[in-house]
Amino acid sequence: MNNDAPSGTAAPASQKNISIKVFGVGNAGRNVIEQMMRGGLPPSAFVAVRSDPQAPGMTSAGETLHLQAARLRGLGTGGDPDRGRAAAEEHFAKLKSLCEGVQVVFIVAGLGGGAGTGISPVLARAAAESGALVLAFVTTPFECEGSRRQGLAQQGLDELKAAADGVICLPNQKVLKLIDENTSVLETFRITNGLLADGVLGVWRLLRHTGLIEIHFSDLCSLLRDRHAESSFAVAESAGPARSREVLDKLIAHPMFEGGRMLGESESVLVSLLGGPDLTMAEVNRVMEQISRQCEQAQVVMGAAIDECFRDRLAITLIAARKNQQPAEAEERHPCNSEELDTQLLTRTTTSRPGSRFVPPAPSLPPDKVGEILARQNQGQNRGNGRPRKTSPNKLRQTQLPLEIISKGRFDKSEPTIHHGEDLDVPTYIRRGVALN
Amino acid sequence: MFSPGSIIVGLEIGTSKVCAVVGEMGADGTLNIVGLGQARSRGVRKGEIADTSLAEEDIRHAIVEAEQMADVEIRSVFLGVTGGHLRGFNNRGVHIVASTDREITEDDVEDVIKNAKTINLPAENHIVHAIRQHFLVDGQDEITNPVGMLSSRVEVDVHVLHGNRNRLQNAIRTVKGLQLEVDDIVFNGLASSLALLTSEQKELGALVIDIGGGTSEYVVYVNGIIKHTGVLAVGGDHVSNDLAYGLKVPLSRAEQLKLEHGAALVDDAVKGQTVTPANELGLPLKPINLEHLRRIMSLRLEEILHLIGQDLAQAGALDYLRAGVFLCGGGARIPQIANLAEDILQMPVSIGRTNSISGLKSALDQPEFATAIGLVKFGSFHQRKRAARASIKENIKQTLGQIFKRG
Repeated sequence: MNNDAPSGTAAPASQKNISIKVFGVGNAGRNVIEQMMRGGLPPSAFVAVRSDPQAPGMTSAGETLHLQAARLRGLGTGGDPDRGRAAAEEHFAKLKSLCEGVQVVFIVAGLGGGAGTGISPVLARAAAESGALVLAFVTTPFECEGSRRQGLAQQGLDELKAAADGVICLPNQKVLKLIDENTSVLETFRITNGLLADGVLGVWRLLRHTGLIEIHFSDLCSLLRDRHAESSFAVAESAGPARSREVLDKLIAHPMFEGGRMLGESESVLVSLLGGPDLTMAEVNRVMEQISRQCEQAQVVMGAAIDECFRDRLAITLIAARKNQQPAEAEERHPCNSEELDTQLLTRTTTSRPGSRFVPPAPSLPPDKVGEILARQNQGQNRGNGRPRKTSPNKLRQTQLPLEIISKGRFDKSEPTIHHGEDLDVPTYIRRGVALN
Repeated sequence: MFSPGSIIVGLEIGTSKVCAVVGEMGADGTLNIVGLGQARSRGVRKGEIADTSLAEEDIRHAIVEAEQMADVEIRSVFLGVTGGHLRGFNNRGVHIVASTDREITEDDVEDVIKNAKTINLPAENHIVHAIRQHFLVDGQDEITNPVGMLSSRVEVDVHVLHGNRNRLQNAIRTVKGLQLEVDDIVFNGLASSLALLTSEQKELGALVIDIGGGTSEYVVYVNGIIKHTGVLAVGGDHVSNDLAYGLKVPLSRAEQLKLEHGAALVDDAVKGQTVTPANELGLPLKPINLEHLRRIMSLRLEEILHLIGQDLAQAGALDYLRAGVFLCGGGARIPQIANLAEDILQMPVSIGRTNSISGLKSALDQPEFATAIGLVKFGSFHQRKRAARASIKENIKQTLGQIFKRG
């Protein structure tokens, strides 16, 4: 299908014959791929998937796929992932046929809404079934978008992780912390889209260019798979004689890495260098040495590739997977979902423990409160009315320490055995992150 | 009747057991093991005493048992020491031969060794061993005995093993509290290597790994000399602790599971298998996934061996081990541990045998007694040296006496 180089002028010798397709799902996905197309990538590799016929279509050339389901009655998903999923399932065969013959499928989406959250996992599954390797680049919503969207995004992320070979997640909230206070909303979204586009582009390059030191897609997958972590990525590029130093500075100062702190905490890091034929070993060495120093704990996979049109330039793509933090976060998120908590309260009072002699009195709720909760429950079954929620999530939030306390058993009181910064008293399988299922 | 020097006792205060071995030195210098006493150790963690009174009690049990078996009274012991605080490194001493004829004398050799031992160590550190390696005479390497050679400058390499004085003293004080004298303290790893290796193996180059309850010691011999030593404060206890944590069983049950079902490798045969341990009354308990058990164990053992391998690679000692690797200590009993070690160290690995000693053969040819037997062997070398010195004195006395008689 598409064998052109991303930049269009590269020597064919340094290209691998990999067919790649990028799917932009939902509005956010469409925006990102449009931004990518403006970067000079061939439009034939892009497909916008959307469910809302009223939303603006692709401005640039490129395929657009409408998922029009009878249930949607000509409207969008209305922020309901279930509808998005249903629509995608209805068009499963079509999605599959689009992925036919493609080796690598990128899915770009913003999670938390109806289309991105609902369609992406189905699309990932369709692509995987048609034999492609699937890599998803997604954003999670800003905190101000509400806990429901957050919860949905989390759900979507979990589903996507199960379906795709690799998921790289960019939490929008993180970007918010990094940009200037006075940035306009439009600009903010442009920045997050830009970050996502850079990421896709970086991985694209990594896969398309035959490396001197190759990184295979399997390396990338094994890096991302089963981490259940948010992976961060950064792409930096520089030109001129001092490029290796400059590009490093840029990389370490990259907002996604929180001033290099992220690198120190990451568990595995993939580095891909792309330079012209004039790339020297000393430069590669310098870059790798610096990066390795930044992330001592991590398993570093490196690759280097040469592209004729990168003469005098050096680009680095860095993907870092951090240690597992997701379960703690998910648990923390759970109680702050006010709707769920209320329902829990309600059901628990009705099924008080019969075996116990002491039955605590049911917490008395004022009648209006009961009415409100019941109304909300009904609404929960009939979502999409768009009524705003009244209770603030903060009221019910119970804080939880983010510490994972591992008991050292019989070595609790003895002097710890520290070897190169690792506490050897902690079971090896925990330190290595080996899952016992 | 025994002369006072002919009984040698080695005492190892280990993390899992206290072991006393009584050796008898014959008139011709052959060593014979005549007694063995052991007791379960309760007061030791990671090779160091954590509870003095419990440790004292256990030592007493072991000593009494050994006394009864050997039918001797134990007055002094060679005490084995270990712990994560022990460190070994190589040092070189230099001495300029001052005499006019430039012949190296015994005094020169003593001086150069003394120089090699003077190392800048923190005040709280104590040198356990300073083991002579090779002499260099005018820069010429690999000379074992330079006495009588002509040279202006003699150097010597020593392997210095040092540790924290207070922590070493703790063990010594505990033993002294039992009205026992401590002849000398000996690094456990060194003792094990003495028990296991023949001089030929030392010459070829060998690595001895003693995987004990709380610590793992290793000693490298290259060209007949000790090149490298080390202690890793991780051992069988850690395996049990990992199992207790990972399988959610009490420590005692984890220990039992380790002994009954443990192995160093995860074979395909155990995948999906479970074992149902029984409690003291014979009632079945919660089934345990055998694959998990093996995996937890295998990861820990792999790590221990990997860390040792890493340290040796750093010391540049891995390429000289032509005789291979010898395992001892309780850890050597783990099924398939030799295969795992072969995988990691890429060398032939075997379980060490204490061949080089006679006596209660069948009872003693067990990997966990290597250290205690080695302590006795160390003691016998010590005794022989002392005897040799004494006999020189005796000789001089005799000759002088004869001269005076004549005169």
